[in-house]
Amino acid sequence: MSMNVKLRHVGGVTVLDLSGRITLGEGSIGLRDAIRDALAAGSKKILLNVADVNYIDSAGLGELVGAYTSVKNAGGDLKLMNLSKKVKDLLVITKLLTIFDVKENETDAIAAFA
Amino acid sequence: MTGSELHEALTLPSTLSTVEIVEAKATEYAQKAGFDEDTASQISMVSREAAVNAVLHGNKKAPDKSVRATFSLSPEKLTIQVADEGEGFDPTSVPDPLSPEGLLRPSGRGIFLMRAIMDEVHFRQLSPGAEITLVKHRNRD
Repeated sequence: MSMNVKLRHVGGVTVLDLSGRITLGEGSIGLRDAIRDALAAGSKKILLNVADVNYIDSAGLGELVGAYTSVKNAGGDLKLMNLSKKVKDLLVITKLLTIFDVKENETDAIAAFA
Repeated sequence: MTGSELHEALTLPSTLSTVEIVEAKATEYAQKAGFDEDTASQISMVSREAAVNAVLHGNKKAPDKSVRATFSLSPEKLTIQVADEGEGFDPTSVPDPLSPEGLLRPSGRGIFLMRAIMDEVHFRQLSPGAEITLVKHRNRD
């Protein structure tokens, strides 16, 4: 019922592969911790891969917004990639798609950080 | 679609386990109603939001307060009600999450999502508490 985060580095970009649910509780705290750790390690270019995120609630949307704000405030850049239809629909409804820089795939996303 | 009617009422504690129970039951009813997978998932998500509001904001996790969740399926519609025993709730007090300043706010999207996804959303003050009614018609997406 919770979220898993795997971290990798691709061409100077920190990629966080998220899977599971970003919801109130463990799921949203997991994302917050991952962003905090990445920033603390000096990452300024952070890419969230949400391909395997199958469920987001309003608390999860709040954590995505919080991640965006934290990275921006640290002088960095955060992008999203591989949105499922379900997640994309939520970002459209809440107009968060106007805030996030969303890429279709990893190649496009990594190139966009350059 | 069947002509039968289903109704279930649950009285649940003010804990986060209640949120999971309401979500699971809403999913079950949405599937019984025949909604497609995406719509069923959205109904379950906003039912979860209603339960989160009841547990955290309404009852403030007080052990002596309960959450009552009812699920009703008629040939025309699915109705999910979630009631708490808190101090009441004014839905107009929630800032617009689509406003320029609201977009970057980390909270305050639950009620908005309910209204965006369901066909009808009603709020009723109880004494004590508040009740949210979520309705989705079966004859349209």
